[in-house]
Amino acid sequence: MAILLDENTTVVVQGMTGREGSLRTKYMLDYGTRVVAGVTPGKGGTQVHGVPVYHTVKEAIRAQGRIDASVTFIPGPALKGAVYEAIDAGVKFICSPVERIPVHDVIDMVSYARKNDVRLLGPGSLGMITPGKAVIGWLGGSVDWASMLFDPGSIGVISRSGGQSGTVPWALKVAGLGISTALHIGTEPVLGLTMADVLKEFEQDEQTKAVAVFGEIGGTLEEEAAEAVANGQFTKPLVVFIAGAWAPEGMRFSHASSIVEKGRGTAQGKMKALTEAGAYVVDSPEEIAPKIKELISA
Amino acid sequence: MAKFLEYQGKEYFKKAGIPVPEGEVAGSPDEAVAAAKRIGKPVVVKAQVLAGGRGKAGGVKLASTPEEAGKAASEILGMKIKGLTVKQVLVEEQLPIKQEFYAGLIINSAQEVRGPVLMFSPEGGMDIESVPADKIATLNVDVIKGVMLHDTLDMCVSMGVDGAVLRPMATVILKLYNAFRKNDCRALEINPLVLTEDGNVYAADCRMEVDDQAVFRHPEFGIKIGREFLKEPTELDLMGWSYEASDFRGTSYIAEMASPEETAAGGYVGYHGIGGGAAMLGMDALNKVGLKVADYADTSGNPTASKVYRTVKLIMSQPNIEGYFLAGFMMANQEQWHHAHGLVKALREELPKRPGFPVVLLLCGNKEKESQEILKKGLAEFKDRVEIYDREHVYDAKFIGGRVKALVEKYRKTKAAA
Repeated sequence: MAILLDENTTVVVQGMTGREGSLRTKYMLDYGTRVVAGVTPGKGGTQVHGVPVYHTVKEAIRAQGRIDASVTFIPGPALKGAVYEAIDAGVKFICSPVERIPVHDVIDMVSYARKNDVRLLGPGSLGMITPGKAVIGWLGGSVDWASMLFDPGSIGVISRSGGQSGTVPWALKVAGLGISTALHIGTEPVLGLTMADVLKEFEQDEQTKAVAVFGEIGGTLEEEAAEAVANGQFTKPLVVFIAGAWAPEGMRFSHASSIVEKGRGTAQGKMKALTEAGAYVVDSPEEIAPKIKELISA
Repeated sequence: MAKFLEYQGKEYFKKAGIPVPEGEVAGSPDEAVAAAKRIGKPVVVKAQVLAGGRGKAGGVKLASTPEEAGKAASEILGMKIKGLTVKQVLVEEQLPIKQEFYAGLIINSAQEVRGPVLMFSPEGGMDIESVPADKIATLNVDVIKGVMLHDTLDMCVSMGVDGAVLRPMATVILKLYNAFRKNDCRALEINPLVLTEDGNVYAADCRMEVDDQAVFRHPEFGIKIGREFLKEPTELDLMGWSYEASDFRGTSYIAEMASPEETAAGGYVGYHGIGGGAAMLGMDALNKVGLKVADYADTSGNPTASKVYRTVKLIMSQPNIEGYFLAGFMMANQEQWHHAHGLVKALREELPKRPGFPVVLLLCGNKEKESQEILKKGLAEFKDRVEIYDREHVYDAKFIGGRVKALVEKYRKTKAAA
């Protein structure tokens, strides 16, 4: 099973003929992702690694039939148009591995996606992987490296940091644990899929026995996750680490979303909310794997 | 977020059709006198700095004649408010104030909102955070629909705004939302929004913060650095940005976290993280052993060796640092040998100049074996003070933090003995 993405998910790559789009298409195909079409206006009729390219997403769907997911390798300033296009074409799951997007464009995309019942991962997400089955975005980087980092298994992983969305699964692997699905939730201050949304997906997934979260200061994602636990929307073991306890108020780091403003979004506040809700908060990321092991064997 | 001074923000209010008092910016007492003469009415002279609490700090003064305006300007210019020196004043006509309101917009990331929140209150002139909730009308904006006049009219009605001024007030709030969207703002605020004795509505102040990521579509802003700083950008900040602006291969984010005056007290390390999450882990690790970072740097997204080299040189250029720490707490997808090459070149130049200066390097991920070899070979002659760690310690923040602490202490002892 896993969530959102598996070996049957049909994928369109928007921006397939660009440098990154083309490189990542090869990686995704090699890993097993069902990439069925690419889109670049003006490049319709060509092929990239054997995958047909179309001018528009609608044209791709007319030619290929159902498309379950889109991944957008589109520069930040042009991303809004691409996401709207995928939504208008009826694609129900979109992953946007792009950063540096104007925040008002992000708000528009997220609002439009929600109005149309579309699940938007990111923007600013490195991507996601269902080990052994499919990957979208940048996560893993190459087949060799992805195979080294991610073993299939029963632990769901949510990370607010791109790099950590590969490192947490690796730490779990060293401890003998595999992954159902791992994803990077995105670094923009406003996101399509929230941490609570993803937990609800993991709750429905039979393969997932527990979830590990690499959290960060700033925003309310972890507080909302705590709420999902408290009101019974997520009932499996949840182990969370929160980075940035040290950070001074108002200081913004390299993630746009990691800023503590007016006392909100502190590590302490997040830890308290999660602990009170019944989740397990660990003091360092190396404690994630042992804690998960203890909880699933209990 | 790039922040605008009051007089700069008011220019965008004017373009949006929001009435502002007649005024001019002045950089000297003479200019203030001339401005007050042209305005021809009693004026208020206001310090132009990116800090709240200007009034309390003595940065706002009334003047009934041009001479008084000049005197006020001479007192305010050069004044320090929250550490910022006043270089300009805004000379503005005094308004016959009947009542002060508040109108503002922020972006709320909470999952039930995820968009702009428009706020209006009849309790203007104070920090909106201190106004009771029942005195603030809020509207979570549906950006697909936008804000319409009936929305802002109803906000005013719900706060008891008098029928005679309902329309001009609601119109200003609507225009404020439009300016917020048009100028890609992260925050836009009028406080106070003044109702005058003669029934007119004016934006008497302006707080405007724009989105760094949207600066490219606003050449009119004239913003040099599309990145926010807590204070005026330092030389270090500007140099770091110049690398970013001219080289798009990967990221080199660097910001000064402590001034040379602060680092002189000791306990500061030159800091270099790889990726936002890892960088935070490293700072938490240092904090636990009682060390502080002089800077915050992050090289990720597969930067070239030359970019890593320049970042390391920049970090090493900071005075008073007692060590160098590369916090690579991640199994990076990026090929780490670029980092290894950049680090070796920079440290081979820097370390001979600094006897005993300690270095802790944690580098894991793609091409790790090759990268470790490059580091160990290239830095072999500094073995006594350079410690290099790999994936075995990728999440071992406690151990790595402890090594930084131990080496810094050893360095202090060596220096004290010398």
